[in-house]
Amino acid sequence: MKKNLLISIWMTLATTVLLGIIYPLVVTVLAQWIFPRQANGELIRVGGKVVGSRLIGQPFTSPGYFHSRPSAANATNPAGYDAQSSSGSNLGPTNKALTDRVAASAQALQAENPHAPVPIDLVTTSGSGLDPHISPAAAEFQIPRVARERAISESDVRAFVAKHTEKRQLGFLGEPRVNVLELNLDLDATQPMR
Amino acid sequence: MSASNLLQYAVFLAVVTVLVKPLGGYMARVFSGGRTFLDPLLCPLERRLYRMTGVDPDDEMDWKRYATAFVLFSLTGTLLLYALLRLQRFLPWFFPGSQTAPVTPDLAMNTAISFATTTTWQAYAGESTMSYTSQIAGLMVQNFLAGASGLAVGVAFIRGLAREQTSRIGNFWVDMTRSLLWILLPISLLGSLVLVWQGVPMNWSEYTQAKMLDGGQQIIAQGPVAGFEIIKDLGTNGGGFFNANGAHPYENPTPLTNFFELLAIAVLPAAFTNTFGRMIGRPRQGWLLYCVMMVLLIPGLVLCGWAEQRGNPRLKRIPGLAATVVHKQPGGNMEGKEVRFGIGGSALAAVVTSNGATGSTNSQHDSYVPLGGAVPLVNMLLGEIVFGGLGTGLYSMVMIALVGLILGGLMVGRMPEYLGKKIGPCETKYVTLYVLAGPLAILPLTAVALMTRAGLAGLATNTGEHGFTEILFAFSSCFANNGQSFAGLNASSAFYNFTTGAVMMAGRFALAIPVLALAGLLASQIRRQEAINAVPTDGVLFGGLLVATALIVGGLSFFPALSLGPILEHLILK
Repeated sequence: MKKNLLISIWMTLATTVLLGIIYPLVVTVLAQWIFPRQANGELIRVGGKVVGSRLIGQPFTSPGYFHSRPSAANATNPAGYDAQSSSGSNLGPTNKALTDRVAASAQALQAENPHAPVPIDLVTTSGSGLDPHISPAAAEFQIPRVARERAISESDVRAFVAKHTEKRQLGFLGEPRVNVLELNLDLDATQPMR
Repeated sequence: MSASNLLQYAVFLAVVTVLVKPLGGYMARVFSGGRTFLDPLLCPLERRLYRMTGVDPDDEMDWKRYATAFVLFSLTGTLLLYALLRLQRFLPWFFPGSQTAPVTPDLAMNTAISFATTTTWQAYAGESTMSYTSQIAGLMVQNFLAGASGLAVGVAFIRGLAREQTSRIGNFWVDMTRSLLWILLPISLLGSLVLVWQGVPMNWSEYTQAKMLDGGQQIIAQGPVAGFEIIKDLGTNGGGFFNANGAHPYENPTPLTNFFELLAIAVLPAAFTNTFGRMIGRPRQGWLLYCVMMVLLIPGLVLCGWAEQRGNPRLKRIPGLAATVVHKQPGGNMEGKEVRFGIGGSALAAVVTSNGATGSTNSQHDSYVPLGGAVPLVNMLLGEIVFGGLGTGLYSMVMIALVGLILGGLMVGRMPEYLGKKIGPCETKYVTLYVLAGPLAILPLTAVALMTRAGLAGLATNTGEHGFTEILFAFSSCFANNGQSFAGLNASSAFYNFTTGAVMMAGRFALAIPVLALAGLLASQIRRQEAINAVPTDGVLFGGLLVATALIVGGLSFFPALSLGPILEHLILK
């Protein structure tokens, strides 16, 4: 028993050094050397300042931007997308709060575009609260409003959306998705709002 | 069920299957002292480690010494982690502005027990509680050590069946070290770089301040995530770097990382069935267990995907809402799910993680429809036998097989036998202890939680049948050493820290110790020739017996509880 206890203590310490210091050091050095952009969070800079990350969603409220999904990551930011506080709503399917919230969101969105059914991802919160994507249908739904606000044709806006639509990986993994931040940045760069 | 989802499921299962033989063979060589290509690099390191720690690699242990070593190692790991977490403030990479939630003594103890048992149940949110040092030197190190310990116990159990007329089932320190150096470390080194390539961060920076495009500021939590992430899955642990775990875009940025991380969870436990077959000299036995695992996995996967795709009937009734599949959107129940994974990628993760004793989910299970959320719950209540935890999954499946053989033996009045070893009264005693542990831990504590104010205080988000399911899920998950949760349950209270901590220890040690005792008994037996009319344990009949036993024993224990939770909720959800 005593011999095993001593071995246990020494083994815990030795492996903590191997796995807790040497291994992360090696991985950090290799990651920063081979994949520096990804290793540092895929940050996007405009004019030298960081405006966000390609992988982390942001809230948009101005009518000239494509809007993101609702987000329950709202510890410090009521609009959600608090990237220090990733979270979903965890509302169960029989929870009245869920049905009420979704009904209200759907109503508000229909006022904005009465001609199309509201896509489900635009009224549901994501698992992380930081989802950077919306479905192509959700982007399609918002094209009339964005085209109006930026005074360009809907087909032009559609071309922007198509440019930022990622397809399924390897043809079958995941779902097609539109990166909202990159889309909005592109629109601002080429077709700024007046 | 879209075609691409079904294809994703099929390709995933195919890739796992293809990897079983090569990985299974590799692991068999590692644990039987065979030669591997990494030997020139790792043998010197191994020898140095033994010299530094005082391990005598030729000293084979009997089951009592093996179990003692296992328990002591878990204990020292727990205590070291507890110390690191409580001293977090004084260690490097602690950002007071970012780590705002305190690590109280009961949280630290719960977390320490949790990570040292591979449960990785997290009653905290990573990005606002844990410093990088705590995550890496504390939590991640336990991911490695606890995973390796579990694999060692699994190997010892195999030796119990493989050897005869000996009391010795191996050396825990050797098995654990070899798991670390030959299996977990190399795959983690490569796997972490694959993850970084797809976008998982690996930095030690302060949180990023970003000026958002539409106004306002966003502070983006960063961290050495990739190195952490790979072993989280590979060691069947599951505790995430961030609160949202596999839903967080920094932990799981693309459908490919999702596929890869799920593969990392399933592949070693799946291949371990092949290791088992090889080490007992009868590979077909291993394949039979693998097939039974598939039979138990696939229906759950189909049901979960179908239920989530069907969606929430109450939402579907909202006028103007397109809640079903239409062009360009996957539809279904998207509450708590990420667009890049959709329904298929989320359901696959729910099933693989709940079966794989790994708590990393990529969607919020609390928001699943009742049938969809019932699948992970049932998977855990079956006992983590479908792939299961690293090392532990294999012996869990074999224990179910022994239960089946015992019940069958009772019915025909014959002494049950498995692989030439008889399952006599002594052996049956340990099997019984094993089977009783689950219901005895999970059900009374669920009842206590429901009867006390402290327990009910956890129902901060949902109430009623769904709240009941949240509590049942919590204790089931902790006993299964899984660690996933219906996250609406507020478990960061003294009540839940204490109760879940106790259940996690029960799930680890109340199972592993009878298993090691049984291994000791079996190893000391003579291997008999199988009787002429014995049930062949590598055929369809035995497979059927296994499936039936798993479902019946699990069902009898837990069906009443399930009927108060997800089944009732499904009936009222209209």
